[in-house]
Amino acid sequence: MASLKALKLRRESVKSTQKITKAMKMVAAAKLRRAQEAATNGRPYAERLERVVASLASRLGGGAGVSPLLAGTGKDQVHLLVVATSERGLAGAFNTNIVRAARRRAEDLIAQGKTVKFFLAGKKGRVLRRLYPNAIVADPDLSGIKTVGFGDAKAVADDLLRRYAAGEFDVAELFYAKFVSALVQEPVGQQIIPVSAATVNPQAAAAPVADAVVEYEPSEEEILDELLPRNVTVQVFRAMLENAASEQGSRMNAMENATRNAGDMIKRLSIQYNRARQAAITTELVEIISGAEAL
Amino acid sequence: MALHFELVTPERLVRSEEVHMVVVPGTDGDFSVLEGHAPFMSTIRDGALSIYRTKDGAAETLPIRGGFAEVNATGLTVLAEQLS
Repeated sequence: MASLKALKLRRESVKSTQKITKAMKMVAAAKLRRAQEAATNGRPYAERLERVVASLASRLGGGAGVSPLLAGTGKDQVHLLVVATSERGLAGAFNTNIVRAARRRAEDLIAQGKTVKFFLAGKKGRVLRRLYPNAIVADPDLSGIKTVGFGDAKAVADDLLRRYAAGEFDVAELFYAKFVSALVQEPVGQQIIPVSAATVNPQAAAAPVADAVVEYEPSEEEILDELLPRNVTVQVFRAMLENAASEQGSRMNAMENATRNAGDMIKRLSIQYNRARQAAITTELVEIISGAEAL
Repeated sequence: MALHFELVTPERLVRSEEVHMVVVPGTDGDFSVLEGHAPFMSTIRDGALSIYRTKDGAAETLPIRGGFAEVNATGLTVLAEQLS
């Protein structure tokens, strides 16, 4: 049996761990509220933009001279997987789940004979670097970002668009964790380039915007050309916001569990410590009594 | 005689209110929107958005950057990339 002192030290150590996890949980809870609010605030813009793009795209879709962002490059060979993860760990299975989703997709594509490249937005996606050392095209440093701003998303999206224009890939898919609730975050993959029918909300496309005679200034094509890159940016922005909220939710849970486990452990160690202490006292008493009787 | 006006940026819904008239800096020139304007869609250049709350009141100007404006039956929606 471990010595009394060792047990005591161990219990103290678990106690301080518990203090840390408890603090982290509370910080995550506070940050979660803010991140959730940011995600909610970003929704009206994304929804309206989506509706307009959908209605314009359905009017112009398939026509000649349509932007490659809508029509695609005509090929389906090189896939770029944009993996959005967090900058910090200790968030439970949050990053693992996103990376796993991306990896599964990558294996599928490779099995189909496609070329897969990765764009890592977030530090914790870097495990992919070990798995696919030659497929990483970029991993911008996002560690300085405290709260996600539209500018941050724009930097990432602009980089993507530049690479697309340069013909580096044909299809881009974005992986992130959708925020369902504080307890549930769902890793999702979504095609962002070219704009697919699946990413455009079917409800939005059905909205009767196109019914009325709408005047366009400048032409419909020009507006669409300007809106499509912006739509990519907004998708990236939305993913980053959702991710930020999911990360905090996931961390809150992980830390809640860790705190509970530490509590259980402290209880167990305390019992063990008290037993050992009592055993030591009993032994000592027996020694004294038998010593006294022997006289 | 009220026009429903919404100003939205990627970060949040900035305004949602009833106003008299809004002058929008369109790419091909400024245009003003009153109630009952025909359906219209335009991109925006960087410039100032002027909001007239009442017919005779002074304009409130908001500098905006990039985006587009949509007028439909429900009113005017300005999607600006940034408020500067």
